[in-house]
Amino acid sequence: MTAPKVLGGFVVNGERHQTAFQPHRTLLEVLREDLDLTGTKHGCELGECGACTVLVDGTPVLSCLVLALEAQGKDVTTIEGLADGPDLHPLQDFFAELGASQCGYCSAGFMLAAKKLLEDNPDPTRDEIRRALSGNICRCTGYIKIFEAVELAARRLRGEDATPSREALHGQ
Amino acid sequence: MLRLPRFTYHRPTSAAEAVKIAADHGPASQYVAGGTDLYPNMKRRVQTPTEVIALSGCADLVGVSGSAAEGITVGAMTTLTSLEKDPALQAAHPALVHAASVISTPLLRNMGTIGGNLLLDTRCNYYDQSHEWRESISFCMKCSGDTCWVAPSSPRCWAVQSSDTVPLLCAVGAEVSLIGPEGERRIPVADLYQDDGIAFTTKKPGELLTHLHLPAVDGTWRASYRKLRRRDTFDFPVLGIGAWLRFDGDVCTAAEIRIGGAGSYAIPATKTAELLIGEKLVAGDAAAEERITAAAQEAFKPTRAMDNTDHFASWRKKMAPVFVARALRDCLG
Ligand SMILES: Cc1cc2nc3c(=O)[nH]c(=O)nc-3n(C[C@H](O)[C@H](O)[C@H](O)COP(=O)(O)OP(=O)(O)OC[C@H]3O[C@@H](n4cnc5c(N)ncnc54)[C@H](O)[C@@H]3O)c2cc1C
Ligand code: SF4
Ligand code: FES
Ligand code: FES
Repeated sequence: MTAPKVLGGFVVNGERHQTAFQPHRTLLEVLREDLDLTGTKHGCELGECGACTVLVDGTPVLSCLVLALEAQGKDVTTIEGLADGPDLHPLQDFFAELGASQCGYCSAGFMLAAKKLLEDNPDPTRDEIRRALSGNICRCTGYIKIFEAVELAARRLRGEDATPSREALHGQ
Repeated sequence: MLRLPRFTYHRPTSAAEAVKIAADHGPASQYVAGGTDLYPNMKRRVQTPTEVIALSGCADLVGVSGSAAEGITVGAMTTLTSLEKDPALQAAHPALVHAASVISTPLLRNMGTIGGNLLLDTRCNYYDQSHEWRESISFCMKCSGDTCWVAPSSPRCWAVQSSDTVPLLCAVGAEVSLIGPEGERRIPVADLYQDDGIAFTTKKPGELLTHLHLPAVDGTWRASYRKLRRRDTFDFPVLGIGAWLRFDGDVCTAAEIRIGGAGSYAIPATKTAELLIGEKLVAGDAAAEERITAAAQEAFKPTRAMDNTDHFASWRKKMAPVFVARALRDCLG
């Protein structure tokens, strides 16, 4: 059975896209394979890792389990849309500076989930950060650097001093 | 890539329209809510509907209404995140809010719904695997084969009831509304299930779950949910205890305890409940503590843990009295 393609329209990172795809294709597949937005990673493809996290109308969801059809008419934000022109988002700055991104496979998902957290809660505790990011798995960093990067990004977004400690940058 | 099989997609805008589409297509069709259970199952090819009926456009299935005193109703398409954050539910049904908050992950809870959680497929280490994996040892009874790999001499499937809200909702006496080709009905949540890993629900073909009805809050009862799992996130329960106690003053007048994650349905711990009824149960009281520990011990026998989930079955069974006692203590004033 070849299901006919449907024409889908959505806004990705502020840009309107029209593309034809078959109904069974996931948002992850259409983003990566049709729109060439390969910043969104595919890991388990079963909801078990968080690598494919994107924002749909501002809410973090797993693009491996959302049909592209279900994102029609919605606003999708991927990691490619996090920076503001040439200016990186504070989360990106601090993930890079602290080594919170090592192989980088999980980073897009973590940063998008963290973006939503910081919008809802500009001054989260370490525990609130852990909970909000508990749907994203990292096999490299051991998570501490990620939590520190989110804390520093939160400080900068609040307009406070966000100089990383010596320990955060170089270890003890 | 692990891709979905091909299907035709339907997007009705009301529950009635959804039921009609399902009736038109029969067993080839399946409803999808958040898709966090159905789509992984379709990717593994254990469920393969060719007509997928998305409920996301049915506005009549979303939202929380009613009052604590008269009973709160939750639409089937309400996401677990909205349920968890609803102020009325937080105040009236903290145990349900807690049970929802320990499901999967924050990202999955943004997608998954309460209706989907009530109708979550039963799980098994031999079933929740890719097509190739299952084919390599030959398919089991729950999907295309005729042997159960957990209990090869067994004539039945022992796949595990794994929803976190179900044991609690059975214990508190919640109800659900369903509509189907034969009309509407409202039944206790407990009657939505039966003890079979394959035919685990009594939902009729094409029936749509529309609402969950929570019992009125009148200050006479308290409930709790306690979950056992390896990681504090992602993991399904390997034991999920729902407990409900009604009191007249300090005396327990009714009790219902359900053991989830340890059988194909949320198993009632009947003996445990019987031992508590008529007893004076006050938090911190040594005699009450003794009664609870003794009653909880009776939850060992009915717990039917098999080696088809994470953790050893023997250990999960041993943990049942421990978790039942914890849930019961939560219910004391
Ligand atoms: C990694 C991972 C971890 C998870 N951990 C947990 C966990 O810890 N605890 C837990 O309970 N669950 C867990 N889940 C399962 C799942 O995410 C939740 O149970 C969720 O609530 C399912 O809801 P859904 O809307 O996504 O269901 P769907 O996948 O859309 O549907 C599930 C089933 O219900 C049927 N259905 C859905 N809505 C209706 C309706 N209104 N009427 C009739 N039929 C309907 C569908 O046809 C399907 O058979 C996990 C899933 C994943 C991928
Ligand atoms: S309990 Fe047996 S029949 Fe059921 S899914 Fe597991 S292996 Fe298959
Ligand atoms: S790829 Fe989507 S959760 Fe792992
Ligand atoms: S940086 Fe490698 S998985 Fe997180």
